[in-house]
Amino acid sequence: MSIDKQDVQKIAHLARLALTEEGADQYQHSLSSVLALVEQMQSVNTDGVEPLSNPLEMTQRLRDDIVTEENRRDAFLANAPQTEAGLFLVPKVID
Amino acid sequence: MNWEVVIGLEIHTQLSTKSKLFSGAAVGFGAEPNTQTTLVDLGMPGALPVLNKEALRMAVMFGHAIDAEIGMTSVFARKNYFYPDLPKGYQTSQMDHPIVGIGHLDVTLEDGTTSRIGITRAHLEEDAGKSLHEDFQGMTGIDLNRSSTPLLEIVSEPDIRSAKEAVAYVKMIHSIVTYLGICDGNMAEGSMRCDVNISLRPKGQTEYGTRTEIKNVNSFRFIEKAIYTEIERQADILEDGGRIIQETRLYDPEKNETRSMRSKEDANDYRYFPCPDLLPIVLTQDYVDEIKASLPELPSQKAERFQSEHRLSEYDAHVLSSSRAMADYFEAANTIAKDAKLTANWVMGELSKLLNQEQLDIQNTPVKANSFGELVARIKDNTINGKTAKDVLQAMWEGEGSADKIIEAKGLKQVTDTDAIESMIQTILDANANQVQQYRSSDEDKQKKMIGFFVGQVMKASQGKANPGIVNPILAKMLKG
Amino acid sequence: MFEQSISTLAQKLRNKDISSVELTHLFLNRIAEIDPQLNSYITVSEQHALEQAAAADILIQSGKGTNLTGIPVAHKDLFCTQGTLTTCGSKMLSSFIPPYESTVTSRIQQSGAVMLGKTNMDEFAMGSSNENSFYGAVKNPWNLNTVPGGSSGGSAAAIAAGLAVAATGTDTGGSIRQPASFCGITGLKPTYGRVSRFGMIAYASSLDQAGPMAKSAEDCAHLMQAMSGFDEKDSTSSETPTDDYLTNINTPLTGLKIGLPKEYFGDGLDADVADVIMAAVKEFEKLGATVKEISLPNLQLSIPSYYVIAPSEASSNLSRFDGVRFGHRCDDPKDLLDMYTRSRAEGFGTEVQKRIMVGTYALSEGYYDAYYLKAQKIRRLIKEDFVKALSEVDVIMGPVAPTTAFSLGSKTSDPVAMYLEDIYTLSVNLAGIPAMSVPAGFVDGMPVGLQVMGNYFAEAKLLNVAHQYQQHTDWHLQSPAMTKGAKA
Repeated sequence: MSIDKQDVQKIAHLARLALTEEGADQYQHSLSSVLALVEQMQSVNTDGVEPLSNPLEMTQRLRDDIVTEENRRDAFLANAPQTEAGLFLVPKVID
Repeated sequence: MNWEVVIGLEIHTQLSTKSKLFSGAAVGFGAEPNTQTTLVDLGMPGALPVLNKEALRMAVMFGHAIDAEIGMTSVFARKNYFYPDLPKGYQTSQMDHPIVGIGHLDVTLEDGTTSRIGITRAHLEEDAGKSLHEDFQGMTGIDLNRSSTPLLEIVSEPDIRSAKEAVAYVKMIHSIVTYLGICDGNMAEGSMRCDVNISLRPKGQTEYGTRTEIKNVNSFRFIEKAIYTEIERQADILEDGGRIIQETRLYDPEKNETRSMRSKEDANDYRYFPCPDLLPIVLTQDYVDEIKASLPELPSQKAERFQSEHRLSEYDAHVLSSSRAMADYFEAANTIAKDAKLTANWVMGELSKLLNQEQLDIQNTPVKANSFGELVARIKDNTINGKTAKDVLQAMWEGEGSADKIIEAKGLKQVTDTDAIESMIQTILDANANQVQQYRSSDEDKQKKMIGFFVGQVMKASQGKANPGIVNPILAKMLKG
Repeated sequence: MFEQSISTLAQKLRNKDISSVELTHLFLNRIAEIDPQLNSYITVSEQHALEQAAAADILIQSGKGTNLTGIPVAHKDLFCTQGTLTTCGSKMLSSFIPPYESTVTSRIQQSGAVMLGKTNMDEFAMGSSNENSFYGAVKNPWNLNTVPGGSSGGSAAAIAAGLAVAATGTDTGGSIRQPASFCGITGLKPTYGRVSRFGMIAYASSLDQAGPMAKSAEDCAHLMQAMSGFDEKDSTSSETPTDDYLTNINTPLTGLKIGLPKEYFGDGLDADVADVIMAAVKEFEKLGATVKEISLPNLQLSIPSYYVIAPSEASSNLSRFDGVRFGHRCDDPKDLLDMYTRSRAEGFGTEVQKRIMVGTYALSEGYYDAYYLKAQKIRRLIKEDFVKALSEVDVIMGPVAPTTAFSLGSKTSDPVAMYLEDIYTLSVNLAGIPAMSVPAGFVDGMPVGLQVMGNYFAEAKLLNVAHQYQQHTDWHLQSPAMTKGAKA
């Protein structure tokens, strides 16, 4: 299965990756070769096979409803590119 | 054209847990920005979620309350999209295997008609943070305190046919979740938020029209108004031969109109897949049964009990049980007043009037239930009459003390002494000889009309303290001569 | 000093033949001397290491401490270390200093080990050659023109060159075993869920597993003892009690049933590598083991299944790197979308972006069933193959990789050729079973690793098997020539 440039652009947008014209060509080529590799799966009959998402097939453990964390805002904000008044700043969000 | 309105609702209820859905950070409204966050809520690299036991229990409680199938195996999935208040770039939610499956709710309207609204599902998910649009050098501030707060999203079938029905349904959900104690129901703080899906179709047509979704409507009144304006907007378009665009819209209460949210238009493909950091939640039958057995009395059960136990009318029972706080208030007051009908009338009448005037919830009333019960008891034992009781309640509201204290201090006790009343009446009859003469010469119908004059005179003379129940027969007898 | 085992060093520290501060100094000096040629470390935390060493010396003097107390180790740079730069080999995190500690590094720290620094790796653990690092490629100490393998290439090269006694690695599709094989050291990928993933920067959550890398199986056992076990902060962490990995390490192998999957010895396997593996198997027979041929029929499908599941999970796991709360943000974003797309395109390298794109595509509307769901179904078939095989034999043996270390740059232009390198390792991660790479010989002077796979939670068994082999062979004791002339 090959994908066209428009697909590449759509995927890049969904993944929020800026794409140059040149990059789009490269990705079109390399994604197509990966998808060709992956295409092998279609030859196998998997009717009635339950998908496996976790190898141990364990079940979810639960946490008691207690507050265990204290406020460490300053430590967390220290890694942020831009902050003010305890907030993370981003370019204007328009609703 | 005659349009049929089709409405489906998605209600996000914030579960009242102490800690977050997937982390041990505190949950609370109004904290300083980003002070109630931890690695998980901030989506820091290497952070991992662990599910809150209480949130799961609350979801199962709700499932029982709407007679739903409980998802014995439920799965968390990731809903992938980029937004600055969504720190991980995905929301952990449930898709194919929700914790609560198909259920239903019977909704009663003011005119007494009842309709059954199907509930498609209710699933657990984490809330996002908040974007603050005040100006920070032309930028937006992100506060992630709300991130990972547990939500139960309740999705209805498109079974609702009017704005009134929609509001009744939301009120019912509100009353159920507050009865269960799984949500504080505070809509102003966003503890309950509604997304309303609306479409129109010509009456008689079976397939649905194109719908729009109005996001985040957060009061009963706005839900109703938003629906009315959206119905009008859609009908105008359709009647002009136009087409409805499927889109997300926002209700602006100030302009009372809905407008398109273009930022959300971005053809979303959420790429749901099972969250590999969380495992399937598998419930045992014992666990589910135990929760069912410990469920508190629900609004509909309480309404039935009020009718059978307290002999209230269906309407009164319904009104009083619609909020757990009001029902509790009524029952507490009635244990003292010992007259359910009278207590119900006073709770639904004078008390509700005062609450409305002051825009207070019953939880915040200055007159506590037991004090209110004492007031009703004084009406019941004829210490005061209804008119005086209103003044006493007003004084209680203003913090002047208990009903008894106010009655005593202001000398409002009714006069019930027969001799005193007889002599008072005699004085009035003597002073109004002409009217007495006229009365005695009139026929029965005329007399009935005239007696009010004499009662009024007695009340005036007694400054309202004479008990009408005692005055009336004595007066009638003495007028006969 | 650089080739000695953990237990020998621990004895020397206890006997005060050497202090931990002295030992740490020796390693730091050697890193300064040799690592410029290898590029195995991204960060050397000298001051921090010396402080820990001093604390370890006090602990040892007071008669407390474990076998790891005072031993200099290194951590793959995807374990979050509080106060120490953690880059994940990426420009995206080139200034990220976590205010928290991963469970693995925290447990190793508690055992008293000294952290020398953070090792180089393929960016976000995506790669089989360590050429995908923002910090440059790592060289294989056995031949500086070849790759050390990946993604834990820095850890493997550092151990092989004596720049750390032991190190942590992570293995999502072979990232501990393949570099261990290429660099002639011992590495263990534990059962999924045996070691906590908390604080470990995720690549593919359902496949990632941290494990020990060291010269010998015994050293791996020491590290495993410290790092493994249940962690309440990780929902996928197993509550199955851990074994003592040293107690049974000397159990003789008489009667051990070894399975050789015929699919591991077919086309594509270098003939010389095959000879080394068969010679190793013969050695086990001498130790009393019996050998039988088995089949893992769906082996070929592990490549497509893995290259759907891993990128899919990665595409979602890496969404958090958005330039908002941490990590790279582009200069002067003109709006929100511009900030997202440029920050991510600038912060991530080509291979990472490619896998994000593949995963995004595989999960997108209309393709989910054909790709992701299909891959999960095949994943079950692969697991069932192993379950069946391991009901008949105790361990499965085969090569780790089809060849020895390849030349730098030889496969960078053809990603699919690079993916095929992982044919013998991927299925283990899909099934979630434990597996090791054990040095088993050389081809043209380059090391070859024997892969030993076992049943769920059979880490103690694998370590026992590998240790017994190492009691009778000395492949794991060989050192690359480049380190011989080192002054330090």
